[in-house]
Amino acid sequence: MPTWPNVRADFPVLHQQVNGKPLVYLDNGATSQKPRSVIDALVHYYERDNSNVHRGLHTLSMRATDGYEGARTRVARFINAADPAEIIFTRGTTEGINVVARSWGHAHLKPGDIVLATGMEHHSNLVPWQQAARASGATFKFVPVLGADAEGGLDLAALDQLLTPQVKVFAFTHISNTLGTINPAAEFCRRARAVGAVTVIDAAQSVGHGPLDVQALGCDFLAFSGHKMCGPTGIGVLYGRRALLDKLAPDETGGGMVVSVTYEAATWKPAPERFEAGTPNVADAIALGAACDYLDALGRDQIAAHDALLAQYAMEQLSVLPGIRIIGPRVGAPRSGLVSFAFEGVHAHDIVTFADEDGVALRGGHHCNQPLMRHLGLTSTTRASFYLYNTEQEIDVLVASMRRILKFFGTA
Amino acid sequence: MSDLADLYQQVILDHNRRPRNRGKLPTANRVAHGDNPSCGDQCSVYLRLDGDRIGDISFDGSGCAISQASASLMTVQLKGKTAAEAEKLYQQFHDIVTTGKEPEEISDIGAFAGVHAFPARIKCATLGWHAALNALKGDPVPATTETHKD
Repeated sequence: MPTWPNVRADFPVLHQQVNGKPLVYLDNGATSQKPRSVIDALVHYYERDNSNVHRGLHTLSMRATDGYEGARTRVARFINAADPAEIIFTRGTTEGINVVARSWGHAHLKPGDIVLATGMEHHSNLVPWQQAARASGATFKFVPVLGADAEGGLDLAALDQLLTPQVKVFAFTHISNTLGTINPAAEFCRRARAVGAVTVIDAAQSVGHGPLDVQALGCDFLAFSGHKMCGPTGIGVLYGRRALLDKLAPDETGGGMVVSVTYEAATWKPAPERFEAGTPNVADAIALGAACDYLDALGRDQIAAHDALLAQYAMEQLSVLPGIRIIGPRVGAPRSGLVSFAFEGVHAHDIVTFADEDGVALRGGHHCNQPLMRHLGLTSTTRASFYLYNTEQEIDVLVASMRRILKFFGTA
Repeated sequence: MSDLADLYQQVILDHNRRPRNRGKLPTANRVAHGDNPSCGDQCSVYLRLDGDRIGDISFDGSGCAISQASASLMTVQLKGKTAAEAEKLYQQFHDIVTTGKEPEEISDIGAFAGVHAFPARIKCATLGWHAALNALKGDPVPATTETHKD
């Protein structure tokens, strides 16, 4: 494996036993573990620098402000944003998408417009658009997923048909959390731009797993969460192109985002403050900056290569299990570091319970992807999702655990 | 493995493999639906109430072995019972799955005692029962035994 020495030593949580077995953490699509440097950044902030930002003139407030704004600059560099002002700190991907769907949607969508998403969106990039379309009278449409196992990815021919000048916004996921499909995001943005549609990318599953350059992608908005990229929970980022953010009304109002206030009216600061009403999540933003440092030090090309190797190894090892149905790209086709599968006659929740007994942490359910599950004719799948600290040996433990389950339920 | 063997007892595996009273009940005069959205467990319960007595009962749905076996066994247990008896039986079942204490009288529902060691699975075991109680009450609101979000 193109791995790096002792990377597991950086993650305290990995060194424990679960049900008497070494923890095999394969639920990284839900959340990643945190390296010591990120935990230290949180502790350091609370032990040394904790204060409110932007308003105080005392030393701690200045330190906290420097740390917070430094994190913004760090994140901007991480995704190659042209300007740190294009980085809005949020609670996570869901909040970021909601801000765009409400603020931008409210200002721009009207009856007759089309809101376009895809058949593989997480609920967080589906429900906000569904609601924005309903509120504005716009029509909500989807790019279909191809194949009974969704192995064909999105239907690019249909995309050409669907992308008409009526499409005002195209919201799509960079990497499917359920399928592992990697969408051609730059191409989607290029095609959407050709019809004048604004693009919104859900980068929750991609940003921590490889290089990401918002200028190369050519997107208008992009949202992600800190906790899936070695950062803390409760912090995320909404990237927006400066030209769009400057024209956008705030979603929330209050302290910190205003220039002047009278009893009758208020005026807004420019981005990013306009979109960060109230005391921000300073500690977690700083720790997210530390996560960016950690991932860049390892090398994001190498993380992507490591993920891809693990995914292919898991595909090869799992695909020989009797009765398994793997969804998403076929063996050998590009896929992100996750594999979703189902067995006839054994429900995902029984699988997850059994795997936990072997120390293996998996996800079972619909993965916040109910319409896609309906397309697949499934109510749930089991998902193993990998990250930089996982190994081939852990996949062997997973496969052995699956064999034991199949034997127990008498299906193999 | 001992906790797991306790959870997936033979009675449960048997009901999961060969569910009893499965499918829509053509003569039903009450129906209620149960839904645990984070699991995807679904269970519809069909009842034919003859006066105050459950004349016939069936279930339909999809989900984990615990939820499906529990619903299957429940239909066997509830057939012929009055609404009050059904409520009492549910209380016993609830005690079994939450405390792990076997019932005083020997009963198949004791097979679910192992669930108590897996708190995340209690909602699976009780889903069919909640749907059945809602059907008895004529409550049209879909039952759910989970309150958290996925």
